[in-house]
Amino acid sequence: MTESQPPDEGSEEVLALDGITVWLSGREVLHDVCFSVRAGEFTGLIGSNGAGKTTIFRVVLGLQAPSSGRVLVAGRPRPRRNRLIGYVPQKVLLDPDVPLRARDLVALGIDGHRLGIPLPSEGRRRLVDGMLAAVDAEGFANARVGSLSGGELQRVLIAHALIGRPRLLLLDEPLANLDIASEQEVVSLLARITAQHGIAVLISAHDMNPLLPAMDRIVYLAGGKAASGTTQEVVREDVLSELYGRQVDVLQVRDRILVVAGSDAGVHHDEEAKPEYPDYPVYPGRRSQAGS
Amino acid sequence: MTGLLQDVIEPGFFSSEPVHVALVVGAVAALVSAVVGVFTVLRGQSFAGHALGDVGTTGGSGAFLVGVNPLWGFVTAAVVGAGIMELFGIRRQRGRDLATGIVLGGALGVAALFLYLDSNSVNTTGATFTVLFGSIFAINQSTVPVVVLMSLLALVTIGVLYRPLLLSSLNVDMACARGVPVRTLGVLYLLAMAVAVSLSCITIGAILSTALLIGPAAGALRLTKRPGLAMAWAALIGVASTWLGILLAYDSYYWPPVHRGWPVSFFVVTLIFLVYLVADISSERRGRQLSRQRSGRSIAARRDTPRNSNQPHSAVGGG
Amino acid sequence: MFSGFMVNTWLVATMVAVIAGVVGTFAVLRGSAFVAHAVPQAGFAGAAGASLVGLSTVWGLAVFAVMSALGIGWLSRRGRHDAMTALGLVVMLGLGALFLSFSNEYEPAIFGLLFGEVLGISNNDVLVTAVLGVLCITAIAVLYRPLLLSSVLPEIGEARGVDSRRMELCFLVVVALATTMTLPILGALLMFSLMIGPAGAARSFTRRPLPALGLSVCLAVATVWIAIAAAYEWNWPIGFFVGGLGAVFYIAGRCWARSREARVSRLAAAT
Repeated sequence: MTESQPPDEGSEEVLALDGITVWLSGREVLHDVCFSVRAGEFTGLIGSNGAGKTTIFRVVLGLQAPSSGRVLVAGRPRPRRNRLIGYVPQKVLLDPDVPLRARDLVALGIDGHRLGIPLPSEGRRRLVDGMLAAVDAEGFANARVGSLSGGELQRVLIAHALIGRPRLLLLDEPLANLDIASEQEVVSLLARITAQHGIAVLISAHDMNPLLPAMDRIVYLAGGKAASGTTQEVVREDVLSELYGRQVDVLQVRDRILVVAGSDAGVHHDEEAKPEYPDYPVYPGRRSQAGS
Repeated sequence: MTGLLQDVIEPGFFSSEPVHVALVVGAVAALVSAVVGVFTVLRGQSFAGHALGDVGTTGGSGAFLVGVNPLWGFVTAAVVGAGIMELFGIRRQRGRDLATGIVLGGALGVAALFLYLDSNSVNTTGATFTVLFGSIFAINQSTVPVVVLMSLLALVTIGVLYRPLLLSSLNVDMACARGVPVRTLGVLYLLAMAVAVSLSCITIGAILSTALLIGPAAGALRLTKRPGLAMAWAALIGVASTWLGILLAYDSYYWPPVHRGWPVSFFVVTLIFLVYLVADISSERRGRQLSRQRSGRSIAARRDTPRNSNQPHSAVGGG
Repeated sequence: MFSGFMVNTWLVATMVAVIAGVVGTFAVLRGSAFVAHAVPQAGFAGAAGASLVGLSTVWGLAVFAVMSALGIGWLSRRGRHDAMTALGLVVMLGLGALFLSFSNEYEPAIFGLLFGEVLGISNNDVLVTAVLGVLCITAIAVLYRPLLLSSVLPEIGEARGVDSRRMELCFLVVVALATTMTLPILGALLMFSLMIGPAGAARSFTRRPLPALGLSVCLAVATVWIAIAAAYEWNWPIGFFVGGLGAVFYIAGRCWARSREARVSRLAAAT
């Protein structure tokens, strides 16, 4: 079902998760998750909401310590300063008035983590212009980031992540709030980037269908466990039923795949203590951090 | 027993005229603040209460300039402020907070001017302290009937509108669906808040007034989730803090270092804070116990349930 | 107006305005404008307490400002309700009132600490202000990039190794230092206007980060210069002019932004 070329056998393993188990608030969120991503591969991390996709990303980024298992980036244990991984989060909250243009945001990707004040130079400008062109963002390069649409902002964030020359690009549910046309644009943009720059791309999504044209491999997450391989290998009734722990049917409708849980399924969520009343904000507080 | 009471309560307390006035005004202010305050916290509009208090500074200092009882200054400023808030929409947004703060800064600047003019031209001493931190012992006896009347009006309004106001505070959409006039209720509630804030202003001063409006209510809501009960608790906390504060301030006339008495507002505000602290800590402790029990149950349940049975799984969280 | 005893005023006020413009830009960026409202309230209590025991107000001010800044940061990290913070700060104000009530000259002292005082600035004050100012500027200059990244894109910053908590801590300490400089001149209640007004206005006039910082500083300096001149001329308190000008600049900025939006949409509709 994929149209892109499979990567060479000898291409490097950019990311490897080995036996990752994570316990959060007394619940086992991830159990013995193992998969790897090679350079030039477009991998989809598929799972429903609450399956553990963001937790995996947090483990990879070093924001969440696993209870057991290890993460290898380019063959070595995860470094503290994450120069090899570019990250595009799911939700970015921006004030419409923030004095930052799209090109300024991209420029922050070059050295935003280093101390000091950036000195404008011809080299920086060319680098930023080039990256903006690569993501088709020249049209709004000088617009305020707070005034960009969801799709436009996403492209700028991708440029920001790419400009640091990472080996792995991580995108957390990039398709979540986009319309179908924008979805296709982003997917083809990412496929192009994977091919051109030879980096690895790992995208999380709850629906694999928009990714099918570009996806080389899939990591399917359910019940805290993962199955990884090509779509043909993973998206099968026997594999997914094992994963979910109940009967699962895989239906193909023209070029779309539907995964349907069995009829006995009754999924309920742990009741979380919800406060009855809205929080009592007295002073304007910090804006809430996006996602987690 | 009488010996202990005599130690705690300095002589002349119950026979002093200013103390009577203070006790009445303080209690009334605390009562109205309790009721309005609970709604304020429920509606998440504590910032509005704070803003009205700051605006009260301008009103109170202006009243001194004009030669009028500061209560009228506080009320006028609060009502005008409430009107402006209603006009521009009271919902909290990021840009809104910034704008409100800056506009308040302008109002405080005007208050600075008024207080300066007060101290120079008009022969009023202590205007600054009275407006900002309150001089409850200096309240004229003739003010008391006005205060009581205003608070009765506010309380009756809230009482009559209690159910629909509660609904529109907790769930605006449902209230609209039920045909509750949310906008009108909002206006009336803001007017009641203006009254509460003005009474707090004459009791403990304009820049401390938020404490009486929000403190007992916030503390009460940590103790209970039922609004009616919360109002009762808030009234208890507010009146007790105010009366105890008045008592301590009276006693402090004999305390070092200046034998002039410590300010009432200091005591009241500190007491309210301490009660809130206790309520917050105890509710947090209760909450942690509850969640430990719950997670203990759910871990036990999951261990007992075999994996591949037909029983429903609880969804694994995290995501 | 520029005679001997006023020179110190001009010096200190200019330095204060520069710092207010710089720190305020980041306060507005991080959406924590309320810290500029809150820390001075604690500083007020510290200054009042220090003057009571005969210490220079700067020490009490600095200690209380730093403690309250760190306390606010700690409370917000623990997810505590804002009621705790607000009540705590009101207690600070009450404490300050208590301390001041012990002195005999309490009315002018209260006025000065809350609304500002421009006279009687000693050479020592100028020195202290300069030192604190240099500290603040250096800190912001060194932390500029990671602070900007962490303020606008906290998640991405974390992923790049920029610890949000550490940045928050550093920023809060800088706010405390800025408060220590600013409060004696502008007062606890009106400091906010100088920190936030120009910064809030600047972002309406430009969409680039460094120019916004620069414009914020210029507007702040303009504010204090006009305020000092006017206060000298009419003998009215400086706080009145600072509060008023802060509001004027901010409103001008919003109007400009709105008219620009209207122009853009008219252009878009026409094409």
